[in-house]
Amino acid sequence: MRATTGLDDLGFDQGAHLLIARALAGLRPGDQLTVTGRNPALRVHLAAWCRERGHRLADVGGSDSNGSAVIIKGAADEQRWARARRAGRPDGPPEVRADPRWGLAARGALVEEGGPPIGAQWSEREHVWADIAPKLYAAAAASQWDPATAVDWSAAGTTALPDEVERAVVQVMTYLVENEQAALIIPARLLSQLHPHYREVMQLLASQAADEARHVEVFTRRGMLSGGPLGTSSAGGRASLQTLLREPDFTTAGFLLSVLGEGTFVDLLRFLHRHAPDPVTADVTRLALRDEARHVAFGVAHTAHAVQADPSYLSTLRQAVERRHAVLLDTAGLNAEVFDALVLLAAGSWEPAAIGRGWQAVHELQQQMDEGRRRRLAVIGFPDDEADELSALHTRNFM
Amino acid sequence: MSGLLLGAVAYDPKVVTIWDGFRVWLRGEGLDFDYILYSNYERQVEDLVAGRIGVAWNSPLAWVRARRLADAAGVPLTPVTMRDTDCDLRSVVVVRADSPARSLGDLRGRVVATGAVDSPQATLLPLSLLLTAGVHPVTEASADTGAGAEAVAGAVVRVRRFDIGVGLHGDHIGGERDAARALFAADADDRVDAACMIDSNLLLFAREGILPSGAVRVLAQTPPYDHCTMTAGPGASEYDAARFGELLLGMDYADPALRTLLDLEGLKQWRPPRLSGYAQLERAVDECGFYDAKGQIGAGDYRP
Repeated sequence: MRATTGLDDLGFDQGAHLLIARALAGLRPGDQLTVTGRNPALRVHLAAWCRERGHRLADVGGSDSNGSAVIIKGAADEQRWARARRAGRPDGPPEVRADPRWGLAARGALVEEGGPPIGAQWSEREHVWADIAPKLYAAAAASQWDPATAVDWSAAGTTALPDEVERAVVQVMTYLVENEQAALIIPARLLSQLHPHYREVMQLLASQAADEARHVEVFTRRGMLSGGPLGTSSAGGRASLQTLLREPDFTTAGFLLSVLGEGTFVDLLRFLHRHAPDPVTADVTRLALRDEARHVAFGVAHTAHAVQADPSYLSTLRQAVERRHAVLLDTAGLNAEVFDALVLLAAGSWEPAAIGRGWQAVHELQQQMDEGRRRRLAVIGFPDDEADELSALHTRNFM
Repeated sequence: MSGLLLGAVAYDPKVVTIWDGFRVWLRGEGLDFDYILYSNYERQVEDLVAGRIGVAWNSPLAWVRARRLADAAGVPLTPVTMRDTDCDLRSVVVVRADSPARSLGDLRGRVVATGAVDSPQATLLPLSLLLTAGVHPVTEASADTGAGAEAVAGAVVRVRRFDIGVGLHGDHIGGERDAARALFAADADDRVDAACMIDSNLLLFAREGILPSGAVRVLAQTPPYDHCTMTAGPGASEYDAARFGELLLGMDYADPALRTLLDLEGLKQWRPPRLSGYAQLERAVDECGFYDAKGQIGAGDYRP
């Protein structure tokens, strides 16, 4: 086959190769393309370009005088793409196994063979996926908020809290920050080992980490608002959180963090919002609550998905809860000062009757947390009796 | 040690990747193969002719010297293969688009920038082209001394050489790139009237923006010549050299494991060797006395 393309005055220093490559794309190796043009350097440029691309120039010794040259198409382009395969379908669902050789290619891209394999640990759909992931990511993207404007920070000046109530708020904020830091690190760690083929899960984990970054910011800012020192951090609380960081398995880490930990935290944040003594505390807990509910939804949906694919996974999850419980058996659990702060916030004053009501409210909170955990464990597939048992083994530190 | 030992010049870190990769593949094909890296071509060529390595991945200038050394020593050399991209290259002399120069003769009394002293494509061959046109190249350093100053008055062009990567025979394109840049130097004292480069770097420097679009004109070009060539010496058995050549020629660009290496090495396929493309360079070497007929280095200011 023979074809012709005209370059007029266009030179290779002005993009002439685009026209030639376009014309060659329709030809087969061995076909000829006649190139005409008036650029004085056309032939010298063309010879070098053809050599680089694996084409041949007929009559290499020819002169520039006649204003045309003939390219004999080489096979390199066809060879390069001969074994290329699509990395699944762009709109999903994702493949059961993501080929490490797809590397960082977009899902659905035509992938040239020979690139470096990605060293992602999580490359099987059932280990990371939930059908709700795309919707949850869309919701996450639509629900991002700006800490600078979503909270009315000026409202703080209008509400001067009694010192002890303010200290209780600061103690709770100090506790929340360390929990949120753990909740930021875990999705970030899972993300770094996830095959990007599972794009929506990758995006969701990224937004989850970004959510936690904002929570760290607003809780820190509320803690510092009155200008006093932050509260305490207990060894037992930190020990409980660090057991989460060590969990190597994707599903188990998500289960412990999102289903049990953040699930429990949803109740805590709702409690704090209800009993907030000032508008800023009410705002920051409300905003965090909305995000955490999304994290819990993915945790529950993914764990249920994994169990559905492999029911024996329930025993793995059970062992993880029992193991964590055993490790934390000798630790104090919840920082006592956090517990007392929650009672005081719910009480609203130091009147003995109010403290009694506060105590009762925290007791009811713990019951709600337990009920919530049992409900989520049942959704995942645990029988009721096991759900009761496992919920009771959950850390006293809430997260 | 037994087997075939190849010498290559480490002009870039990628040389390690290339030959490590090729070594794995060649050994997988049953060839007992290893390689050794040199910091310059002169030592590699001397070792090839002395039989300390079996094959050398030679620049065109290294081939010229190897042939002369081997002829002088009565040692046989066998060309093994070359890349598809080693065939039919040209060097060009370019000027700014608005330059009054219309031919090489118009460069008399002007300054021409070249690559390193030992670059075939950006120095030796273009300077030979100037000589053919009756214009005598004189380096700026010698043009300012007594004898040179006299010659400057005549039919000469002053040569400003950019000696980067000396000993690498122009494989390092830093000197060539600086020569191209000098065409558009801001300071008039640094600006040159013409620059020499290989055709592929003319394209490259345009892509890099060093030569702005439409800002240069090709004043002259050399006839086509050939570039690198794989050469076997007395240190390689006939069988190993032949098997090595067969295996290289059989490398398939469709094989993804090889394609990465072939892309790094700058070829789509290996070709049978030909020796017809080095006459221009042989002549250029003689004209400036770079090597003598026995392959001894004659260029006084060449220190690889």
